[in-house]
Amino acid sequence: MSVSEAVLLPQIDEDSAPFFEGARRGELRIQQCSATGRLIFPPRPFSPWSPGAEPTWTTVSGRGTIWSYVVPHPPLLPQFAALAPYNVVLVALDEDPTIRLIGNLVRRAGGPINEVDPSEIEIGSAVRVVFERIDDEISLPRWVLA
Amino acid sequence: MESAATVLAAGAGMVKDAAAIVGIGQTGFAKRLEGSEKKLAVTAILAALDDAGIDPGEVDGLASYTMESTDEVEIAKNLGAGDITYFSQVGYGGGAGPATIGQLAMAIAAGQCRVGVAWRSRKRGSGGRPWAAASAPSAPATWTRPYGLLRPVDEIAMLTRRYMHETGATRDHLANVAISVRKMANNNPAALMYEKTMTREQYMAARWVSEPLCLFDNCLETDGALACVLVSADRARDCRQPPAYVHAFGQGIGRQSHTMTNYWGEDPLSGPAWTCARQLYAHSDFRATDIRVAQLYDAFTPLILLSLEGYGFCKRGEGAAFTENGALESGGRLPINTSGGGLSEAYVHGFNLINEGVRQIRGTSANPVDSAECCLVTAGEGVPTSAVILRR
Repeated sequence: MSVSEAVLLPQIDEDSAPFFEGARRGELRIQQCSATGRLIFPPRPFSPWSPGAEPTWTTVSGRGTIWSYVVPHPPLLPQFAALAPYNVVLVALDEDPTIRLIGNLVRRAGGPINEVDPSEIEIGSAVRVVFERIDDEISLPRWVLA
Repeated sequence: MESAATVLAAGAGMVKDAAAIVGIGQTGFAKRLEGSEKKLAVTAILAALDDAGIDPGEVDGLASYTMESTDEVEIAKNLGAGDITYFSQVGYGGGAGPATIGQLAMAIAAGQCRVGVAWRSRKRGSGGRPWAAASAPSAPATWTRPYGLLRPVDEIAMLTRRYMHETGATRDHLANVAISVRKMANNNPAALMYEKTMTREQYMAARWVSEPLCLFDNCLETDGALACVLVSADRARDCRQPPAYVHAFGQGIGRQSHTMTNYWGEDPLSGPAWTCARQLYAHSDFRATDIRVAQLYDAFTPLILLSLEGYGFCKRGEGAAFTENGALESGGRLPINTSGGGLSEAYVHGFNLINEGVRQIRGTSANPVDSAECCLVTAGEGVPTSAVILRR
């Protein structure tokens, strides 16, 4: 694998490992404050909602709404330049709309990130998560219209 | 929001008007300059010391900000500085330009140094783009880059689209920013865009970079260096140039704030500028209503709309409407970025905004605002940020 490809893969560390373990199993896992129950994202060693509390993990419904989106055009890194223009969406989760995940709107699980016409994307649209297997270790969450 | 009374702590007022910028210097700006960043940095610093009439051997304080390739040891050696007794580097790149001024003002007020130099040297025009560097992704980038949210422009475009959705802002409002700042550059011979005018039609026809942002919503890519010299208010009165007093200084990282991808707080459209502004105004005799000219960090046009709100010139969601009727142009309610800013003078991580703030105080700006008693200078919204108010 070239360096430029490696740069685009998520960095799995002790904070993020449970998220990607969930993704491999087709589950969207988010951290939760062990004291207050409030969700936490991105993952971290300690809860901001109860100082010193170590978060647990919960599997959420994988449903949300599009909070915003962009359509990048070149200049881009080569892997993405070949797909441009494509979409990147920011999805607010139904369980807590302040938890927002960057992803891509696709027509179907495994579909390319430039398949949906940008004119069809709307803030507020309901979406649900699907997962794309990248390799044995990494699956990425993407989103389809619900 | 905390009241000013609860924000003010022991030592409050120590910084206010205690130090002043008495020298400014810069290299030329270009897409490509000869010479290393070190050489450019020292050239700009020597020019600033000459402007102040202060011998380089007197420099004993140095302040810079990250993403700077030159360091204190090399700068001091090349300047012929004496003993350096205060040095600091502030984090978060474009969020930290005014922080270097504020930290030197604090150091001078506290007696840690007497002649402070802040500088920025960057070959962004001929050098590489940071986002294209083949380095391991930082932990936050794990949540964005694999999905193709690669560049700062993509990260800010995400906030912009939401802002437009919530407030009814249109591309015309972003054009108001780009065109106002371009007009400023058209009067400034040092600006890269001095001879290039911009019409609304040209703005609207520009190619997309990251929808909803087009080419002219993006700052320039520039080689250049700038520097400032600070001394105590007492000494400033004896210097060659009229002093630009550092009246107030703020830094800010908002609650649950993230750098650039500030998507995870309660309200991503109320970013670090709001935190910084509360601190700034708590120490300032000037309110937003008193400020007649400002240099607002403009790596991207929408940052101006967010900064107008964060620094209190209008309410949240009103930044776009504020730009109407020429408000940001000479003669308007708040002329901004009067040298052309990052969008049309040079993008040197915001340091040119500081030097232009000083020129407004001296009355030597290419687009002077004669009624201005003070000038606000801000760093980037969307990153841990900083701001100063300079005064006559």
